[in-house]
Amino acid sequence: MSQITPVFKREFLGYFRSPVAYVFLIVFLVASVGLAFFIGGFFRNNQASLESFFVFHPWLYLLLVPAAAMRLWAEEKRGGTLELLFTLPLTTTQAVLAKFFAAWLFLVLGLLLTLPMAFTVGWLGDPDWGVIVSGYLGSALLAGACLAVCSLISALTKNQVIAFVLGVIALLVLLFLGWSVFNQLLSGFLSVGAVDFIANLGVIPHFEAIAKGIIDARSLAYFGSLIALALALNVAALDR
Amino acid sequence: MIEVKGLVKTYGNKRAVDGVSFKVNPGDILGFLGPNGAGKSTTMKMITGFIRPDAGSATVAGIDVTRDPVAVKAKIGYLPESAPAYGEMTVLEFLRFIAEIRGFRAKSARDERVERAIARTHLEPVRRQTIETLSKGYKQRVGFAQALLHEPPCLVLDEPTDGLDPNQKNEVRSLIKTMAKDRAVILSTHILEEVDAICTRIILISQGKVVVDETPEAFRARKPGARLDEIFRSLTKGDA
Ligand SMILES: Nc1ncnc2c1ncn2[C@@H]1O[C@H](COP(=O)(O)OP(=O)(O)OP(=O)(O)O)[C@@H](O)[C@H]1O
Ligand SMILES: [Mg+2]
Repeated sequence: MSQITPVFKREFLGYFRSPVAYVFLIVFLVASVGLAFFIGGFFRNNQASLESFFVFHPWLYLLLVPAAAMRLWAEEKRGGTLELLFTLPLTTTQAVLAKFFAAWLFLVLGLLLTLPMAFTVGWLGDPDWGVIVSGYLGSALLAGACLAVCSLISALTKNQVIAFVLGVIALLVLLFLGWSVFNQLLSGFLSVGAVDFIANLGVIPHFEAIAKGIIDARSLAYFGSLIALALALNVAALDR
Repeated sequence: MIEVKGLVKTYGNKRAVDGVSFKVNPGDILGFLGPNGAGKSTTMKMITGFIRPDAGSATVAGIDVTRDPVAVKAKIGYLPESAPAYGEMTVLEFLRFIAEIRGFRAKSARDERVERAIARTHLEPVRRQTIETLSKGYKQRVGFAQALLHEPPCLVLDEPTDGLDPNQKNEVRSLIKTMAKDRAVILSTHILEEVDAICTRIILISQGKVVVDETPEAFRARKPGARLDEIFRSLTKGDA
């Protein structure tokens, strides 16, 4: 456990050693707020909720998470620092966890920068704060799951561009599985049970449940196991 | 201290290392010689636990690298070929990170280690410079500082004087000599005079196999009066 801290710290602060971090955080803020205002009709809805804000998060993460995660392992491989890291006294699991949590904290930081949205809603109306907190929790879990998948992919290549593209493709699959439009398409030739099963493999139904304030054990277990599985494969990919 | 038995590593259909065995005791400075591609770096990567051997074993202080890699890594200071380091960090930040992961968590202990390493490798003028902006020789010194920071019982140095100016070469050689008093040192080099100057033993490998394992005096005595590179050439004729 104690070996995780230095790597975590190095990794998290590492984001701020280059301007990329600030660009990323600004894009995160502008894109998430912009989508809610211009496409989600944040004000037009006349509702004191962040529903039209959170609904876009899966699509936001589709591009932003691979961008934040592509360097995680690919950069270490390309730069030769992987040899340095893996001859220091820590296990592969510790290294994977340290990097994952550092990147997750970075994404959550981006998410927290949108808190003024919540305060605006609170100032204009009388929102259900429980649902808003739950929405942030859901979005953080969604970001974590996407990140774990992209971290695994970054460990498979030394090319950051490839890591980004494959990350987007993998997330696209995870999104499509549970996207209502895609599920409606499927229900044309599959039974309700089968469609339901497929939808629940995707991230969106679980995210939307939590974002609506329904924190059920199934959704939490879904995100927990997706993260655990991706990270276990991440360790295996590096240990080979 | 370091014992290597029948190490084998195959890449595709090429045997990079083909049954290498040797032993290094405290006080020994083992000079690893061989033409480009002979398998020196690959052998070192297996001793330091970066890559897993296909066959054979490497033990450090009686611990098998594949059994307990973390314990072995804690006992080794390793300078990988071309001294990889995190370029966006400053020298000071980087060495502090290494110190923390090497177990010097208290600020005073950490800073004391870092300062000693900086002084020993003459990094004073560049301590606040980012590593990516350093000249090759300074980068090499950072790698050396990182390897000796925790004063490990074993040092594995892959071309430690590569890129250093003549003064620094001498400095590093005498530093290695002092450190070797109660330590086991393995270093690889292409400078034959270096071996003559500091090594207590020579191992020459060619095409993955050990062809010579003897003292520098015995090596010299193979062809009295001849230059070292002539002896080297006659022993490595098989290599392209
Ligand atoms: N990752 C790899 N994939 C394929 N082949 C490799 C890999 N690493 C090393 N090799 C091959 O293994 C052989 C030994 O390489 P190694 O780096 O150990 O040589 P070396 O003795 O350190 O040479 P040099 O003096 O040039 O540093 C070479 O033929 C090299 O091409
Ligand atoms: Mg080499």
